[in-house]
Amino acid sequence: MNYEPARTSLNEATTAPRHSAVVRITHWLVVLGVGGLIFSGVGILISHPRLYWGETGAVGAPSLIDLPIPFIIGPSVWQRPIHFLFAWLLVFSGLTYVVAGLITQHFRRDLLPAKTEMTWKRIVSTISDHMRWKRIAADEAWTYNVVQQMAYLAVIFVLFPAIVWTGLAMSPALMSVFPWMVTVLGGHQSARTLHFVLSSLLVFFLIVHIAMVFLVGFTSRVQAMITGRVPQARSAR
Amino acid sequence: MSKLLTRRKLIVASVATVASASGVGAAIHFAGRYGLIPPDHTGILGVGKTLTYASHRLLTSGQSLAREFKRSEVSKVHPVNGVPPDNETYRAWLANGFDGWRLTVDGLVARPMSFSLDELKGLPMESHITLHACEEGWSYIAEWIGVRLSHVLDLVGTRPEARYVVFTPFENSNNRVSRVLWSSIDMAEALHPQTQLAYGMNDEELPAGHGAPIRLRLARQLGYKNTKYLSRITLTDDMAKANDPARRGPWYGGI
Repeated sequence: MNYEPARTSLNEATTAPRHSAVVRITHWLVVLGVGGLIFSGVGILISHPRLYWGETGAVGAPSLIDLPIPFIIGPSVWQRPIHFLFAWLLVFSGLTYVVAGLITQHFRRDLLPAKTEMTWKRIVSTISDHMRWKRIAADEAWTYNVVQQMAYLAVIFVLFPAIVWTGLAMSPALMSVFPWMVTVLGGHQSARTLHFVLSSLLVFFLIVHIAMVFLVGFTSRVQAMITGRVPQARSAR
Repeated sequence: MSKLLTRRKLIVASVATVASASGVGAAIHFAGRYGLIPPDHTGILGVGKTLTYASHRLLTSGQSLAREFKRSEVSKVHPVNGVPPDNETYRAWLANGFDGWRLTVDGLVARPMSFSLDELKGLPMESHITLHACEEGWSYIAEWIGVRLSHVLDLVGTRPEARYVVFTPFENSNNRVSRVLWSSIDMAEALHPQTQLAYGMNDEELPAGHGAPIRLRLARQLGYKNTKYLSRITLTDDMAKANDPARRGPWYGGI
């Protein structure tokens, strides 16, 4: 494998913060927001675990997906305000992260793949290395590979906005102001189904993300995201 | 150098803190003045409810209209949540076409009045084919036939200080949550052109399950705000009287 040298040298990494303060703070606020949204989102979903396409859908009408869980009515009423509180937290911290990321060039420096990396060969080899559980050098484990960069960019700029969009598209009041937001999706129930599918994709991303953090060293990565510092003894991992 | 930086950081931090504190203070003052704070604004969840209500009220300030559908789009199934009142009076009314039932409108009005079902049906009729969505997740499209609430409010003469309209249904011991599932809305929703006192649904009399004889119909809020089995409408300026602490869902249902 002809890897390029790590962008951050070992000495630099121990002095300059690995993650800036705004990245660290907004990361954990987003963790809190997404955690609360998944918890309350499941609470809302289980009161009617059937999904439909189009404007309408109810028991007695044809469904698209019947989730194999029982109808549990009740939690959705009191979990709805919890869902919206965490949604506001997510929107505020997410916007702070994106605006700060654009100003500080965080996206361009850390997440935009280099032109030389953007090749199919590179992408396929990165994926196949991971699939084969190939150990990577300590240096490379501290840089983002091209697949990782594209995954982060897709989650930040496609998945999160799409989840917020499909969530807003279920609001009868907002859709009186922006009706096109729901009609382009195919209707109220389509928006609900897409909200569920996109949120499931986010959960899938989170499972992979957390699994990767465990594989490369949970304590050192979490420490880096809290303090910004990379532990000195990391090469002895 | 480091001392200078520290001092500079300190100044920047203090300026930012003072600016954001006064920003939040000004926002709260502005929100209270322009009616952007919902009755259930207290507690940590109240922060989210207030942000949602305030942003919706700012965005919908132009009395935006909910989407209307074609007659061919009316759903085949119209599910019902809850059970009609189980008392003798209600059964007798259902049998006799609500003869003797009256809807009282009082509170902050110039002329408190009460209406029979025929009197309400004698007022200008309007029909809207709109989406009815339950907070549980299901939805249907139906045609709602009734009188515009603002027309009734004009007849009784809303006093300018009125801020909320409280809707009280008959007592219903079938309700698991409370015997009287009352609700309230703000004046913006009350005066909205699609806000109806509905007595008909899909070219028929309003069925018992859907709240006969009259239910409140709000095209821009979720189903749980569409109070069934109405018996009294009261206008008030008191936020506490508009809030139902027994309700666990958000007061504002445009979400």
